[in-house]
Amino acid sequence: MQILLKMCQIQWQADSDVMVNQDMEKKWTASKTAYLALLTALAIILGYVESMIPLDFAVPGIKLGLCNVAVLIVLKLYDWKAAVLVTVVRVIVIGFLFGNMFSIAYGMAGALLSILVMTLLLRSGQFSLIGVSAAGGTAHNIGQTIVAVAVVPSFPVFWYLPILMLAGDVTGILIGIIVSAVLPRIHGDRQLRGLDAS
Amino acid sequence: MKDTTDIRDNSVKRRQRRNSILLITAIAVIAVIMLIAYSIHMSGVGQPELQITVGGKLYGTYDLDKDQTIQIGHTNTCEIRDGKVYMTEADCPDQICVKSAPISAGGGSIVCMPNRVVLSIIHADSSENVPDTVAG
Repeated sequence: MQILLKMCQIQWQADSDVMVNQDMEKKWTASKTAYLALLTALAIILGYVESMIPLDFAVPGIKLGLCNVAVLIVLKLYDWKAAVLVTVVRVIVIGFLFGNMFSIAYGMAGALLSILVMTLLLRSGQFSLIGVSAAGGTAHNIGQTIVAVAVVPSFPVFWYLPILMLAGDVTGILIGIIVSAVLPRIHGDRQLRGLDAS
Repeated sequence: MKDTTDIRDNSVKRRQRRNSILLITAIAVIAVIMLIAYSIHMSGVGQPELQITVGGKLYGTYDLDKDQTIQIGHTNTCEIRDGKVYMTEADCPDQICVKSAPISAGGGSIVCMPNRVVLSIIHADSSENVPDTVAG
């Protein structure tokens, strides 16, 4: 939690700089900081919840990707920088709480690639949240596979990658449906948007 | 005025939905093609064998027809029973490899990431270039 607080402070300082540069209201910063912290906490809790849902089919280790609910909301309400911040904090905290250095490396690679893909698809404006989320889930699993190959050169890519891609596609659709249902309910709340759309 | 905005919104939404369905389908099709290619590769001629690698290095290849228990280093144990390969023991905390479904001649892999142990099904003739060393 200390890391979380520190990251929030860093973010707050970063916001302060932006605020000075763009001469924005101080309220904007405080609100954004608070909501990003809230969404980070949500992502961490969701990570804990999904660690209790086993999805052991042919390939164990498949996750629902519930954290992506929080990340996608951040991406939609704020920008990719905020999403990266939330993700980095989330992966490190979950890694230390429930995982190890390995899971941090996999999680980070997957999550960052996923954010990159989702940001690009959102910016293009050509895809719905479900499509963005499905591509993000797939990208997440591709990123993890890349780290797995780096760690174990004989990693059986041709067996795992298609299964992981399918899994990411399907779980991404589910996450996209959840976010599409959640977002309109908080989008109306200008406070959560930190007044940045006003 | 409001109606035109609504119509435009709807057409954008419709395009987004169509593109998303295309994207999702494309991902699924690519994955399925990769799986089909894998199983075609696996159904090739030659005797299917179990290949064990540790950290990228070949540990050994084993006959699937012979029931046996194989100790892999100090970390893992796998078992060949009725043509199926099970990872029976691993000293890692996650135990993902032990929970993995058994693999057989049809293909597949079991991986223990923490110990960098990989169990894969290979075909004897497709691995001629791999030096057939240590078995045991």
